[in-house]
Amino acid sequence: MMSTREQSVPPDSRIHIDRYDTDTLVIRLSGVWKLDLELPSTASVIREIESQQPVRGVILEDKGISGWDSGLLTFLVKIVEHCSTAGIEVTGNALPEGVRRLLAMARAVPARAGGKKEGRREPFLPRVGSQALSFWRSTLETAEFVGEAAIAFARMVRGRATFRRSDLALLLHECGGQALPIVSLISLLVGLILGFVGAIQLRLFGAEVFVADIVAIAMVRVMGAVMTGIIMAGRTGAAFAAQIGTMQVNEEIDALKTMGISPVEFLVLPRMIALIVMMPLLCAYADLMGILGGFIVGVGMLGINPIEYLNRTQEALTLTYFWIGLFHSLVFGVLVALASCLRGMQCGRSASDVGSAATRAVVSSIVAIIVATAIITFLCEVLNI
Amino acid sequence: MTTPEPVITVGNLEMGYGNFVLMSDLTFTVNRGDVFIIMGGSGCGKSTLLKILVGLKPPSKGQVLHGDVNFWHTDAETRESIQRRFGILYQSGALWSSMTLAENIALPLEQYTKLKPDQIREVVALKLALVGLAGFEDFYPSEISGGMKKRAGLARAMALDPDILFFDEPSAGLDPVSSRLLDDLILELRASLNTTIVIVTHELASIFAIGNNSVFLDVEKRTMTASGDPSKLLAAPPNPNVHKFLTRGENQHA
Repeated sequence: MMSTREQSVPPDSRIHIDRYDTDTLVIRLSGVWKLDLELPSTASVIREIESQQPVRGVILEDKGISGWDSGLLTFLVKIVEHCSTAGIEVTGNALPEGVRRLLAMARAVPARAGGKKEGRREPFLPRVGSQALSFWRSTLETAEFVGEAAIAFARMVRGRATFRRSDLALLLHECGGQALPIVSLISLLVGLILGFVGAIQLRLFGAEVFVADIVAIAMVRVMGAVMTGIIMAGRTGAAFAAQIGTMQVNEEIDALKTMGISPVEFLVLPRMIALIVMMPLLCAYADLMGILGGFIVGVGMLGINPIEYLNRTQEALTLTYFWIGLFHSLVFGVLVALASCLRGMQCGRSASDVGSAATRAVVSSIVAIIVATAIITFLCEVLNI
Repeated sequence: MTTPEPVITVGNLEMGYGNFVLMSDLTFTVNRGDVFIIMGGSGCGKSTLLKILVGLKPPSKGQVLHGDVNFWHTDAETRESIQRRFGILYQSGALWSSMTLAENIALPLEQYTKLKPDQIREVVALKLALVGLAGFEDFYPSEISGGMKKRAGLARAMALDPDILFFDEPSAGLDPVSSRLLDDLILELRASLNTTIVIVTHELASIFAIGNNSVFLDVEKRTMTASGDPSKLLAAPPNPNVHKFLTRGENQHA
């Protein structure tokens, strides 16, 4: 006996299911089976197979397939997988040759067991444990790196460090001259902002002239160094981490190590020297630009006599403030160089790891700058300077 | 015998960088169903030619017809619609490292089709199964081997059921067995889907195993000096450079 059911599905793809004998179904496919069309769902076919129990075999046939792509294949793969799970034998000899070959290819290699990672979230305690271990490892790595950098610096002082002088010259130029435009803009604006904020308060007491003191002391003692440090963290620190990170991805650092050249001496040391040399110079320049910003506000907005403004600035400043500012910048130079080179050296082996290394370098540098500022300010307070 | 249907026609093409002319007078045709090999020594401009064919770099002179459309002189929209019919496997696989294999393959489907998420998942599973990576959906490129990256790159290249598949040095960095498996996969895809395949390579084993048409870029003469079936070129080399290349410089006095 032969039962016949036909499902009509828009626009062209059609399924025609026949019972061939007592336990075999014939699924005949016709029309266009392409992904961009509304294809029939396999659920109805699977329901049909299940409702026709007992089915021991399914025959898939081409009854006039006029076009197909992955749409037909995904449809067939689902039916074949269902049948295979249910122990039903599937025959597809009457399907187009290309479809048969691709179905065989798709089923040639069994799916990797446990490949899917969904639902494999680690329990809370192991996660805390692995985070703690990872923090400890990171702390050790940082300590080791700082130690290696210190040794490299000592070797350089003794003239025994291996690095190329031309690299150092290039880095000095990159950290110094090329940073001048952005340092000028930011420092001038910070000076202007300090001047504005100070002027609003001082005007209440008719003491506008002291705006020169506020701007000069704030810029020279701390703000010039902090702003330069943050600029260098964002500009140069990110670049250092990305450069070293990319070298890590390209196995250039492995090549240095296998040749017996210390990557810390060859890559980190010149970067550290460049920043240590350039940061105080940039800081002094930023101080000057900040004072110029304050001068513009004082003279242009508050109507203070230019000579009077300069005299007040000179009176307010002492060499101690200047040295404190330079000390800040020197510390920031070391911190930015170490943090960014460390993140570069810790970089993984993929493009996204380079991006993460650059981000982590900037974050670490800025956090280090703020913490160092707090410590130095506290020490100055204790030492009464 | 069916009449060959040209899918890519290159005419008097010149390519280079700035004023430097890398290759000139390139004229050849890739027909539907061809496994077309672009071959030549290192630095001859094979990859540059591939970039021109797929729309990544304009030629200095000449024309590239995709079907009957002048690819580099048509409007950007038409060029993009033609590019959507391409699948490209880059030398390194070029998988997006921040995405899983499933996400890599799903991205073009999400971008250019109206498929629902569960349909996309099914297509992704199918493509990965076709390249022998069933079950690797949630792996990141960094977690799989070089050969697997190539196969995953191929799965992504096939995501949109392309008419033409371009391969840039598919065997580079693979062991001979993986390289052979990839060649078999390419032949199987061509046999099943009648996809046109363009391959840049200098791997002789692959050239003879899968190529049925080719162009030879001569680095010395800065132009193509041979075209046709690689096996026939080996049997009757049209010039000494082709002979030298196809025999790895051996039997030069033959």
